Amino acid sequence: MSALAPASPAAVPAPATAGVPARRWLARFTLTERALHWVHAAAFVTLLGSGLVLYLPPLSELVGRRPLVKDIHWWTAVSWAGALALIVLLGNRRAVARTVREIDAFDADDRRFLRGQRPAPQGRFNAGQKVNAILTAAFALLFAVSGALLWLGERNHAFRLEGTVFLHDALMYVSLVLLVGHLYLAVINPKTRHALHGMTRGTVDEEWARVHHAKWVAELAAARTTDGAVSPVDQNAT
Amino acid sequence: MATPEHPQENIGQRRVGRGAFLGVVGLGVGTLFAGGAISRATRGITQPVTDSVGLAGVIPSDGWRIYTVAATMPTFDEQSWRLTIDGLVHTPLSLSLADLRDLPRVDQVSSFHCVTGWVVKNVKWAGVRIDDVLRAAGPQAAGTALTFTSSEQPYVDSLTLRQARLPDVLLAYELDGKPVPRVHGAPLRLVIPEMYGYKSVKWVERITVTPEAEVGYWEVRGYDRDAWVGKSNGYES
Repeated sequence: MSALAPASPAAVPAPATAGVPARRWLARFTLTERALHWVHAAAFVTLLGSGLVLYLPPLSELVGRRPLVKDIHWWTAVSWAGALALIVLLGNRRAVARTVREIDAFDADDRRFLRGQRPAPQGRFNAGQKVNAILTAAFALLFAVSGALLWLGERNHAFRLEGTVFLHDALMYVSLVLLVGHLYLAVINPKTRHALHGMTRGTVDEEWARVHHAKWVAELAAARTTDGAVSPVDQNAT
Repeated sequence: MATPEHPQENIGQRRVGRGAFLGVVGLGVGTLFAGGAISRATRGITQPVTDSVGLAGVIPSDGWRIYTVAATMPTFDEQSWRLTIDGLVHTPLSLSLADLRDLPRVDQVSSFHCVTGWVVKNVKWAGVRIDDVLRAAGPQAAGTALTFTSSEQPYVDSLTLRQARLPDVLLAYELDGKPVPRVHGAPLRLVIPEMYGYKSVKWVERITVTPEAEVGYWEVRGYDRDAWVGKSNGYES
């Protein structure tokens, strides 16, 4: 899986040739962050697919085999939770903690960004990405809780709550909207889709970052001058 | 990151992400307890929307979810279809749909409860009582239970005769005024409203009178054989 491959050699800033400024790559996501992203993405797609077969009558009719599809849905969920826990445990916990800190903090520019006002220079995550990450994390927890309650509630009605089915279904609809928006920005929209490179290879073009994540680029530059020889690439790539 | 070197870049920084996260989680947890009311309140809005964009046939907006266990659902052919009555009976029978329609028709409105948590209210069934079907075959005294075999192999389930004789138990051939559709078990399905849906065998093609109740398809997989709504699968057992 290319997402899990170590940062490519291109991550190292190429030496500037005379006259032509070389393309510089900035390390945006560590291997741990990318692994978390792609494990979550793969699990989400599998859970969505198997879940829709369990949920939508025309798909249930087409595929049938309910016990098998149910097993796929359940074991994907269990593997998803286990894999995320393992990645955090064995991976770069410091990078994960830094990401959580950044997503937690919204400054005046972030609020301007969300209101659609420009300019609103952004950090390594723009405010929309922060909102998406927060919703994704909250939905993941709620999906897991409601899913566990559905599973337990079938066999022991002490676990059955009146809104479990509704919550699990509603989360799916809202997640689907988020996913479509996320895919549009990451794969289709020409202005933003370069971000996908950051999530596959770990690095983004410095010029692109200067436009979309100006504050982050400034931070990296400041860190470079204060830390002397340590380049941002070496510092962040793990 | 508010570092002393460049504080001007993070004016008005507030740690609000965790609050938003907890707020959404809290909202979701609240929905667990109030979901029924919310879904009833929003149905007035969502139902016309799904109907107008043609999603009504795609999403389970009428409340029914379709659970099937085999790779394909049985197809019904009126010419060749027969219901077999066998086991501990004096005269094994093979009945056509027309034979069943000649028996006394029973109309009934009842709720359908699935063990996974969804409920469809006010379902209109029409069909025949099991006793009326069994009478001509003449069950033997040793027979105390019925096994219902579905055309959807290997689905099977059973009821005791006492359960099968409850006043609201039907072998239904009509649902909401129309012949039972394929996804609901065409042409004939069992309906036992007081038990969870997995007892209401779809595509019934054989009723076998047995000495005792046998273990059904989902019961092998851990569900209760006596699947009373609200009194089984963990409730009071």
